[in-house]
Amino acid sequence: MTTLDLLNEGQKARILDVSGEDAIAIRLMEMGLTDGEEVEHLGCAPLGDPIEFLIRGYRLSLRSTEASRVIVERIV
Amino acid sequence: MSQSGSRTAGSGVCAGYIFDNASQNPTKLMPVTDSPVNATLRKVAVIGNPNTGKSTLFNALTGMQSRTGNFPGVTVEKKVGRLHIENHIVDLIDLPGTYSLSPRTPDEMVSVEVLLGRQPDVGEIDAVVCIVDASNLERNFYLVSQVLDLGLPTILVLNMWDVAQARQVSIDVEGLRQRLGLQIIVCEAHRRMGVHELRQAIIHSDSLITPERPKPFPEKFYSECKLLEKTLSALGSRKLPFYIVERLLIDVGGYVEKQLADQHGELLTSSISGARTRLKESGCRVPMVEAKARYKWARETLEGFASAPNTRVSTRSDRIDRVLTHRFIGLGVFAAVMFVVFQAIYTWSGPLMDTIGSGQDVAANLISANVQPGPMRSLLADGVVAGVGGVLIFLPQIALLFFFIAVLEDCGYMARAAFVMDRLMTKLGLSGKSFVPLMSSFACAIPGVMATRVIENRRDRMVTILVAPLMSCSARLPVYILMTTAFVPPVMYAGGWVSLREIVLFVMYLVGIVVAVPVAWLLRKTFFKGETPPFVMELPPYKWPSLRIVMARVYDRSKAFVVRAGTLIFATTVLVWAAGYFPADHNELHGLQSQIENTEARIEQLDVQSDHEESKLATAELAGLIEQQNQLSSALIETSFLGRMGHAIEPVVRPLGWDWKIGVGVIASFPAREVIIATLGTIYSLGGDVGEEDASLTEQLRAAKHADGTPVFNVAVACSIMVFFALCAQCAATLMVIRRETNSWRWPMFTFGYMTALAYIGALITYQVGMLLLT
Repeated sequence: MTTLDLLNEGQKARILDVSGEDAIAIRLMEMGLTDGEEVEHLGCAPLGDPIEFLIRGYRLSLRSTEASRVIVERIV
Repeated sequence: MSQSGSRTAGSGVCAGYIFDNASQNPTKLMPVTDSPVNATLRKVAVIGNPNTGKSTLFNALTGMQSRTGNFPGVTVEKKVGRLHIENHIVDLIDLPGTYSLSPRTPDEMVSVEVLLGRQPDVGEIDAVVCIVDASNLERNFYLVSQVLDLGLPTILVLNMWDVAQARQVSIDVEGLRQRLGLQIIVCEAHRRMGVHELRQAIIHSDSLITPERPKPFPEKFYSECKLLEKTLSALGSRKLPFYIVERLLIDVGGYVEKQLADQHGELLTSSISGARTRLKESGCRVPMVEAKARYKWARETLEGFASAPNTRVSTRSDRIDRVLTHRFIGLGVFAAVMFVVFQAIYTWSGPLMDTIGSGQDVAANLISANVQPGPMRSLLADGVVAGVGGVLIFLPQIALLFFFIAVLEDCGYMARAAFVMDRLMTKLGLSGKSFVPLMSSFACAIPGVMATRVIENRRDRMVTILVAPLMSCSARLPVYILMTTAFVPPVMYAGGWVSLREIVLFVMYLVGIVVAVPVAWLLRKTFFKGETPPFVMELPPYKWPSLRIVMARVYDRSKAFVVRAGTLIFATTVLVWAAGYFPADHNELHGLQSQIENTEARIEQLDVQSDHEESKLATAELAGLIEQQNQLSSALIETSFLGRMGHAIEPVVRPLGWDWKIGVGVIASFPAREVIIATLGTIYSLGGDVGEEDASLTEQLRAAKHADGTPVFNVAVACSIMVFFALCAQCAATLMVIRRETNSWRWPMFTFGYMTALAYIGALITYQVGMLLLT
């Protein structure tokens, strides 16, 4: 178990949960980050943050602080 | 789950999609009566996720025939376009792009209110057009499920069909149509494909059937909603739409809950929390349940009708992106793009602005040639022409900036720019989306403030708007140049590579940025408190920008500026003109003006006759007259309202090292900073036609003395003036644009207040410290 911001480039993971019930958690879930979904880390911005992910077939960028709210398990 | 439509295989999925629209039974779409005698006005709202080509589609549908304004009380732009075909009149209302309809702020509530027909300035909505990105159906169907929950006749638009094909996404349109019981139109808005069909569908939307509500939540949720409805009616609330009751239950701390809790108090809040606890016990956790339920609905609805290849097809767009967001190349490309944009608004706009300036001169000369000297001529030449010019002068920068913004947005790079700059901007408490507006403000705050529309988060947008005028715009440069050339010695450092003047100029540019950081931080901690908004952003696929869309955008923004801000800027300029003109007896001045013009005409005539002796005499006489006129103008401005105000504020500006003349210059430059140069020219009896590099003005300033014989200006005074102008909000146009963008007088007044206070304190410190160093 780890969080989304700790994935390496190219790694895939399955979402277990989104922590918190605030606006950020809700927004993350509204964007499709719900449990059971598969996510792929596509790369970072030139300055290291935000991070780009592939979720539900589209490309989403998240700051690492937001990505750390998403609890995932790595898919090997 | 509604499974009403039987699954028919549908026609060829990709090949025949145009025919899919056409082959639909036309009688289903036509109104019952062939030609109604009295056309009634119907209202159709347009909604969709960001980056689905919604505004492109809206423009394609309505052409240039749309009116823009603001919804009352909020910062949301209201854009209404009218379709008038045959006997049908439809007002299309463009709602802001959004990922969901779960309102947290008054701004987000507007879309819900409009759709539910509760927005008084819009009224009842007859149908809704929901635009989705065909290449990304699942995510877009989240919003679709919410829209369908509203219970309105709905037209679903599958836009960006070409992108879906490039991604090898296959969609069975006919099957989806039957499953959802909706009319579905396939579009490629930027190629105008499907636009005609959509327009027809909208025109005939009165015959649409309201689709079945998706009802994605567990049964328990709906029974709790019913219970809540009963509680509300017991509390004396009027009947609310069911969607509002759902929001009340789902959105913990949302806008609906706050509003209704204010109205009904403890009784309501306790029954809401009771309902939420019961739901949680039954395994239906609010608010998490919504995302899960709606995405489940989306997947089940699309199952069998839309399929994407298992591995995502790498398109050209992906390959481009690998370069453009690359660690090193990405930054280089970004810097180059921003350099071009900045260069365009800073330098390329120059010739266009000069043309407007010379147009102004031509108009003023025409007036002088045709109107006798008097108040009328002064009003026309110095008030009206200056006012119109003061509005038009900004158009080149606005048009150029919005040309680039539209190109960058339309091709998809704008989202990458925000992506690249976010890390840096979060240090200021802002997001990557604030970068382009703030950078543009170094050329001119007006297009900069207008460009904050790209920032959806209200707090981020407001903070960006309020600090944008601190960036050192091009209008400050004349003031800096005048003061540095007159008072900063031309010392060179580093073997002639850097001059002290350049350093001072650079420091002036830095002052704004350095001050903006704590101001942004303070605004975040006070007026715009709250958690940092998430930077949850979609990176849309790249595409070629369309010239038509770009031009429509430039036209739209320029028009909005001229119409909405122009009139107020014009009025301010005329007002300041009047303050400088009245009260005074201008008879002598007008007499002098006539004499000067007659003498000029005589010299011309003498030159034609080659009477050099007489011509020389007349020229000498003319110089004397002009000298007299300049002195008289200087005397008249001192007795005018403006002059009196200058004298009145002298005690206030004394600690800054200023005399009343500088005070007058500052008041007169309220419409625009650079006006101070012409005003100083008039006060120092040089006439109003001086420039920042005018040697005679420089000399006059150096020679100016106080009553006790000490010079008015020195380096400390010059720096105090520069710092004041670096930080002040002496720009009526910026204030009017802030008023338009924030839809309230409060914020321009606040901007003016805080910037003037900062400017005063900055100038005070500069002068006092400067004087300590000088002595």
